[in-house]
Amino acid sequence: MSEAHSDSFDLKDLYDEDIDPDPESRADRTKRFLEMNVVAPARIAVADWRALVGGAILAFFLLMGTVGVWLVERPTSGDAPVLAAPFESLAYPLGTDVFGQPIHAQLIHATPGMFKMIFAGAVVSVGFAALVGVVAGFEHGTRIDSILMTITDVVITIPGLPLIIVITAIFQPENPYIVGVFLGIDNWPGLARTVRSQVLSIREESYVEASEIMGIPLSSILRRDILSQLMPYVMINGALTSRRIIFESVGLYFLGILPFTTFNWGVMMNLAYEGNALTRPDMLPWMVAPMVCIFLLSFGLVLLSQGLDSLFNVRLRARHAKTSKKGTSKNNQSQATGGD
Amino acid sequence: MTPKYLLKRLGQAILTFFVTMTVSFLLYQAMPGGPTEAMRSVILSQSGGSVDIDRLNRMIQLYTNVNPDQPMHVQYFNYASDVILRQDLGTSFFKNEEVTTLIMQRIPWSMFISVYALALGYSLSIFLGVMTAYREKSRFDSTVSSLIIGLNSIPYYIVGVVLIYFLAIQNNYFPTGGRIGSGIAAGYNPEFMLSLVQHAALPAISMGALATSGALAMRGNAIRVLGEDYIRVAQLRGLRETRIATQYLGHNSILPMYTQFMIGIAGVFSSAVIVEEVFAYPGMGLLMFEAVKTQDYPLLMGTLLVFTAISLTAIFIADLTYTLIDPRISVGE
Repeated sequence: MSEAHSDSFDLKDLYDEDIDPDPESRADRTKRFLEMNVVAPARIAVADWRALVGGAILAFFLLMGTVGVWLVERPTSGDAPVLAAPFESLAYPLGTDVFGQPIHAQLIHATPGMFKMIFAGAVVSVGFAALVGVVAGFEHGTRIDSILMTITDVVITIPGLPLIIVITAIFQPENPYIVGVFLGIDNWPGLARTVRSQVLSIREESYVEASEIMGIPLSSILRRDILSQLMPYVMINGALTSRRIIFESVGLYFLGILPFTTFNWGVMMNLAYEGNALTRPDMLPWMVAPMVCIFLLSFGLVLLSQGLDSLFNVRLRARHAKTSKKGTSKNNQSQATGGD
Repeated sequence: MTPKYLLKRLGQAILTFFVTMTVSFLLYQAMPGGPTEAMRSVILSQSGGSVDIDRLNRMIQLYTNVNPDQPMHVQYFNYASDVILRQDLGTSFFKNEEVTTLIMQRIPWSMFISVYALALGYSLSIFLGVMTAYREKSRFDSTVSSLIIGLNSIPYYIVGVVLIYFLAIQNNYFPTGGRIGSGIAAGYNPEFMLSLVQHAALPAISMGALATSGALAMRGNAIRVLGEDYIRVAQLRGLRETRIATQYLGHNSILPMYTQFMIGIAGVFSSAVIVEEVFAYPGMGLLMFEAVKTQDYPLLMGTLLVFTAISLTAIFIADLTYTLIDPRISVGE
């Protein structure tokens, strides 16, 4: 922003003009909004196979957790013959376990709980990380920053899994949301540090500095210049955090530390493993099916996080959006591109 | 190596230990119904019959170092001084032995597999990261990168289960569990050593799988470093490829990874809880698992504290090596 050096400009006017340029018809604005936020991402998503495959896998599991639960009956003991082999009957395509419960039904009925855990865990850890990171980054060099970062470093170095095991052993949470919150406790510090360093580098950008000099209120700088730039990191890390929540929650169910009150992939693995499924070929599907589900869901999340990375790349998005090319854009993202 | 940097890191480690100790004390207090109620049934099932509340509190004090009779700050002070000054973590409910003794017997085994897992996982992720960056966009790069993404989507304990199935059950290359073959005398003889390594190999590999998550980030760093001018200058100077790869590329792309590696140490150490149960490997993780199953709270809290202490020590040692490889630290921040 070389104009900023010239004194003949009224800075305030320049900025205001930037926010509210000549009136534009609502239709144009809507069109631009759609172009920037829906069409262009979708176009890139189609071009980037990782986002597409990751999104498809996630959508499949979401369907399984919503429509699937409604279509497939809740399994009970003795529904079907015990330890039926997979791919032989349409009633139980993946076979059955030692109690005669169809495996595919167990997998499906474990999905909603899984998503509740992921949701609660991701919201808690990502939200907390964003809050701590943004505040610390903005108060850089002050006492608030050093206190927040000391807390972050302390939580980073405490071994998370043993701590969570002690907490769950004492409180025995049954509600999936609460399990997710517990798991979120040790997942936030890494992201908080990333967000903080991002905020620090965004703060150095000339357009943020300019807004500060012009006396734009802190809240609008945070909202307009910083949060919009942080969203990609938060989304990408949200996907990765979800993967960690899956690993840890399934791990705790697999160990048998969380109470077995619901269907869960980890519970299936625990029962199968304790029953020596590895040495009994007829029990193997009971063990393998949940393992495949965990792999697929985490693989989908990893792919999605990588696809999102290119999806949120502003330069890439601007190239795919046709309308953004004309004139000065009032969009934050375009400002970012123009800023350096 | 500046003393100031090390002092700061040491202070942080001590603070972290204090926080964990305070958390474990607070968790005793936060037990549903209070510590007395929560532990009454466990203790009663152990000693049999009924006891009056004073005797129960004395027993709780004996086992856990927390006396629910006293005011909170006195309890905390006693608990902290027992842990720090006397290294007394209480007495196990069920094994009737001091928690410290029980844990000390298990520590070497856990350390053995954890350290090998770390060494394996980190050297593999550095090596693969640099190699894939060097051959960016080749077939080798895309194959290895996809394999790493795939591996990062499998929880380490499932890696363990798969390894057991293929290498221990289908083929008898490795034992399915335990830490030493039966009937082998301990000592410095080849059979003992071989059996030791064979039993530790699969747990270490599956924990190492957790430590390879840094490979992709390493690849990104190495690609960025490859674009730097000094690499080109080194090539123009006609330096040997191996020297460029290790001293210029490797060295400079590891530096930004260091923090991540250090955070990973705590993660790999704590993964022992699940891996040791899968492999029935009697280390500290399995001890913690048994403590959960039997509601042996003193043992549970003790393993948490020792896990923290070990991770903190390992991270501090890693910090010492950081001052060796990053020249900027010796100048002081």
